[in-house]
Amino acid sequence: MAARKAKPAHITLQRRAVVKRILKHRGDALVVSGIGNASQDCAAAGDDPNNFYLFGIMGGAAMVGLGMALAQPKRRVVVITGDGELLAGIGSLATIGVQAPKNLAIVVIDNQAYGATGMQDTHTGHGVDLAAIALGSGFANAATVYTAPELEAAMDPILEDRGPFLAVVKVHAKAVRRVKVPNDGPYMRSRFRRALLGDAADD
Amino acid sequence: MAARKKESWPADIFRALQQADVRQVVYVPDAGHKWLIDRCERDNKIRAVPLTSEVEGAAVLAGAWLGGERGVLLMQSSGVGNCINMMSIIQECRFPLLTLVTMRGDWGEFNPWQIPMGQAVEPVLEAAGVIVHRVDEAARIGETVAAATYMAFDAMQSVAVVIGQRVVGFKQWGK
Repeated sequence: MAARKAKPAHITLQRRAVVKRILKHRGDALVVSGIGNASQDCAAAGDDPNNFYLFGIMGGAAMVGLGMALAQPKRRVVVITGDGELLAGIGSLATIGVQAPKNLAIVVIDNQAYGATGMQDTHTGHGVDLAAIALGSGFANAATVYTAPELEAAMDPILEDRGPFLAVVKVHAKAVRRVKVPNDGPYMRSRFRRALLGDAADD
Repeated sequence: MAARKKESWPADIFRALQQADVRQVVYVPDAGHKWLIDRCERDNKIRAVPLTSEVEGAAVLAGAWLGGERGVLLMQSSGVGNCINMMSIIQECRFPLLTLVTMRGDWGEFNPWQIPMGQAVEPVLEAAGVIVHRVDEAARIGETVAAATYMAFDAMQSVAVVIGQRVVGFKQWGK
């Protein structure tokens, strides 16, 4: 018997445009992006020393964001990742709920598919509600976004309001043009720490 | 715990972590680390972060270090297997990693289900690029953890201190 399926009929948001919009007024926010298209989306919106792109550790992006948010309570930390990536570390929502970092937001770019492996369905395409899981885990707020006006309404919760906040942004699953993204770990970590910590990066 | 003498080694670990200015202590609750976890939770300078699974640990510590804070992962031997893919970020980005592993499936183990992972701890960690310091004497634990903090945070290595079940004490049914 086929599993329950709940694909919204008319998803019009495009992932690159969504991430570009979210990062347009990011200020000095620190951004962690998850493996797969999310790292591409963030780099396409404009490479930045305050970006840390992940190309592995599937399921780990939200946890990198948590450690960073706890270490830097005065800076906004925004994790941008995919639905498959977050599902692989779903327990991390409970861990974040317990710590309740006010400065952490997680944005799930949800195409309901594993884009890197042949567009197989993820669980979100079968009705799993990540925003409900976040709320049930103790997040301050969470929302599922289907339209451009809903995305606008989510901007303050993502970048400013008291968190932790989780936004699930439903995007269509059409392929997007690939961009070049720095993927050299030591380069990225040194660039990131230097920009954030200055000379203390050497400590 | 059967016949477990009151030992000072958890306090020795705590002092070594304090001296290294460790600020984030991430853990999955474990009997061997019970005293240390309680002590960290009471400390004003330390953020104690309970995890749902050890799989979360290396990623939190990577984020902490990117944000300028040092951390440590406390876990039991059975958690080591959960962590391995997440160690990729430590190796690829050359982040420091300090983890303190209390052993099961080791000296005097009564539960056969603990044996497979327990016996695999050291080869699995080493295969993932982690330097292993095994310690089986309570009196040497403090200095071993202190040495590991230097290797981790000054030499930017990933280091596991594996504390033998001989030190931790072994469980018996119903105790």
